[in-house]
Amino acid sequence: MSINRREFIKLSGLGLTGLALAIPIFDWATSSILPSNSNPYTSKLIPTYCEVCFWKCAGWAHLNDKNELWKLTGNDDDPHCNGRFCPRGTGGVGMYYDDDRLKTPLIRKTINGKQKFVESSWDDAFNLIVKKMNTISNNYGPESLALFTHGSSGAYFKRLLKAFGTKNITKPSWAQCRGPREVAFFNTFGEGIGSPERVDIRDTKCLVLIGSHIGENMHNGQVQELSDAIDKNASIITVDPRFSTVASKSKFWLPIKPSTDIALLLSWINIIINEEWYDKKFVKKYTYGFDDLKKHVKQFTPEWAYGITTIKPDIIKKTAKEMANASPSVIVHPGRHVTWYGDDTQRLRAVAILNALLGSWGRRGGFYNPEKKKLPSIPHPKYPKPKWSWKEAVNGKYALTFSSLANGLVDATIPATDREHNIKGWFVAGTNLISTLPNTSRTLKAIQNLELMVVIDTMPMEITGYADVILPECTYLERYDSIRVSGHREPTIALRSPVMKPKYNTKSAWWMAKELSNRLNLNDYFPYNTQEEELDWQLKQIGSTLKEMEKIGVKKYNREFDDLYPLSNLDDFEFNTNTGKIELYSTAMEKAGFEPMPKYTIHEEPPEGYYRLIYGRAPMHTFSRTANNPNLTDLMDENKIWINPKVAKEWDFINNQKIWLENQDGIISSFPIKIRVTERIRWDSIYMVHGFGHSNKKLTRAHGKGISDSELITKVHIDPEMGGTGMRGNFVTFLTENPHKGVQ
Amino acid sequence: MRYAMAIDTKKCIGCSDCVVACQVENNVPIGYCRDWVVEATSGTYPELFMELRSERCNHCSNAPCVRCCPTEASHYGMGGIVLVDPDECIGCKACIVSCPYDARFVHPEGYVDKCTFCIHKVEKGENPACVDVCPTKCMYFGDTDDPNSEISKLLKKRKWKTLIPEAGTEPNIYYLT
Repeated sequence: MSINRREFIKLSGLGLTGLALAIPIFDWATSSILPSNSNPYTSKLIPTYCEVCFWKCAGWAHLNDKNELWKLTGNDDDPHCNGRFCPRGTGGVGMYYDDDRLKTPLIRKTINGKQKFVESSWDDAFNLIVKKMNTISNNYGPESLALFTHGSSGAYFKRLLKAFGTKNITKPSWAQCRGPREVAFFNTFGEGIGSPERVDIRDTKCLVLIGSHIGENMHNGQVQELSDAIDKNASIITVDPRFSTVASKSKFWLPIKPSTDIALLLSWINIIINEEWYDKKFVKKYTYGFDDLKKHVKQFTPEWAYGITTIKPDIIKKTAKEMANASPSVIVHPGRHVTWYGDDTQRLRAVAILNALLGSWGRRGGFYNPEKKKLPSIPHPKYPKPKWSWKEAVNGKYALTFSSLANGLVDATIPATDREHNIKGWFVAGTNLISTLPNTSRTLKAIQNLELMVVIDTMPMEITGYADVILPECTYLERYDSIRVSGHREPTIALRSPVMKPKYNTKSAWWMAKELSNRLNLNDYFPYNTQEEELDWQLKQIGSTLKEMEKIGVKKYNREFDDLYPLSNLDDFEFNTNTGKIELYSTAMEKAGFEPMPKYTIHEEPPEGYYRLIYGRAPMHTFSRTANNPNLTDLMDENKIWINPKVAKEWDFINNQKIWLENQDGIISSFPIKIRVTERIRWDSIYMVHGFGHSNKKLTRAHGKGISDSELITKVHIDPEMGGTGMRGNFVTFLTENPHKGVQ
Repeated sequence: MRYAMAIDTKKCIGCSDCVVACQVENNVPIGYCRDWVVEATSGTYPELFMELRSERCNHCSNAPCVRCCPTEASHYGMGGIVLVDPDECIGCKACIVSCPYDARFVHPEGYVDKCTFCIHKVEKGENPACVDVCPTKCMYFGDTDDPNSEISKLLKKRKWKTLIPEAGTEPNIYYLT
């Protein structure tokens, strides 16, 4: 076979064409790419909201006396951060100063039979994209273009692609992350959870976390409220095979056998019903299917669950009683990254049902009712109606999803006989699909079938190496973006305004999308000449102006409805479900051919000599996107593999020894990883932080540091109900000799 | 006046925000830090205990670094804050050896550097950057000579410990346990 149409190109290939970018030598130990030591006593403040993760905390950028970016701090009026940025937000300055950033548009060209990226003007880059978009549209229809996005910049490409005629727009944050919980809660309460989560942690008396490692996942406002709850002596119950940070702060830590959470949840439901510890008035007034549920869980006793979960029956009872004592000020937390074993919607249904029984929905210390300020969208003509969309792309499977599936659009890019439509072009904005999606080889297979791939990013993430055109975006500190509108206890809006001029030849996504719209005769969808005008128009519709927001950064509005805890007084309430009730028995799921009440299913266990791969987060990193940030790599520059001392003894391992991992499908990690021998992990599992093991050498601080869990997650358990990709069913063994020796 | 810090280990999650906030606030070069986080775990799975601590210069009342400094570069400043005058420092490292907390390092520019309790902020009546940023609000800064300060009240109410008290340095960082 000849070389792939789409080779991964190292951006360094440029040097050979004589078009080298000016890349300074980075002297790790002594040089500083941060601002010189200038007088830190003066400071000018510019409002922004953070883009290092999805929590989008609003804050202030401080300039020093040389008008250089100095530091970032939280805005006191912002309910996402209450004046305190998290380590990533504080380290956001490193995103601006990172000298490995993408610096100018690049186009894939074949020179002397070798594919290379060559520097291009913005005009040439746009003209090439437009030409290919039109060719794809003429040959297959505009629907054959798809957008994968994460973060703020996607909004403008979404507008552009919708105007062009496609609705194949997707965020990996759904099917690779929080989708199952939204579907499960929607099918129980008629409403989802949303972001920031509507959990009233600051006023709770009991917080139950199931595999959710708050504190290591640094979701700022939520972490702050956890601390408030600790101050107020709330009891915390943590279910995790790993002694997580929050497990160490918990009254009860349940070191569960991985993959058995549903058994534990069913036994909690069993005992709360049997002992009549549930909120009787709440259940009677608001729920549907209680008798069915009671019958259904009869067999799921704590003794039954003990044999499956390894959690002792008396602990199951004690923790159930702890929740009941706190009811209704109790939260069985829905978690966030919940795509684990492929039966995740059912697990989250059990979580939702437990909350319903405890009467925590719509009550103080449980789940509050968030309110969002409505922001009118920019006036533009109606979007054309696409002939097909992501639903057809997955052949109508996964009936319960109400958002598109990133993995579904990847599948739809690989030609198949049972499907009429194929995706032919990708726009990828702010998401490194190589690390974001499991089963990297499938993603790469899909990429080989593309006729156009445009990547919009600030950093040379691995995905850029496969692009036809790379559009270098300026960082969030160098641009305006959409007004942040978020649902919270009180509605707020926040402004991001440019702190610095864009470095290098980088531009904002708004400008890129507008320029493309001009060339596609879609200018009507971007009616304003500047983003300032667009934002000012929008702000004026809700009683503010750009000028005002530049001064205050965050604007608070009063709630229109006095219903923060709408079910406190057992007032009448119509839920958005088929029965108008909280559905303990889901009529919609039954109708779609799924279990109306959750069941426990047995999952595969690691074969001998293999260990379950569990991954998670570190508070100073967001996915793979921060792995090269100079400030944040300084805090943590690699992941380590956590191994229980018993296992380490068996394998004769010592701390910091480097090993390679091989999974059940024979996939071997590209890089070695250092060992951390620790009691904090079960003997049948290993743990690592996600987001490391970068293969692109242009990420000079991140390259080869630690390993990528994503490349080892090749067995994906798809949730048949909503299409989520369960990623915790992979097993690894250890290799002590370099398996790549002598391999080019 | 005696400036001190109390850090609530029950709330600290070891996120290292204090470390990066200090680095940015004080232009500490990449690769160096004036504060750091320690994780101490004891026990055997699943009977485990873990403490997370944000550590830094203890601004000792009986500071060996001040005593051993041949040039008086290391000195006590306002409220007992232990400081290094970069112009007076000859980089002999005697203070680094004498510090039981390993709180000092040689700055690439040749002088010894360490936590200043962000004295440039404290002078303006503000908190050190680490205290201001901490998402768990686990750090308290104040005057332990003032019985009505928040920190004095906390130290009266809560159990606490200091690090290596046997060294006799009279440290002023307290860990609430």
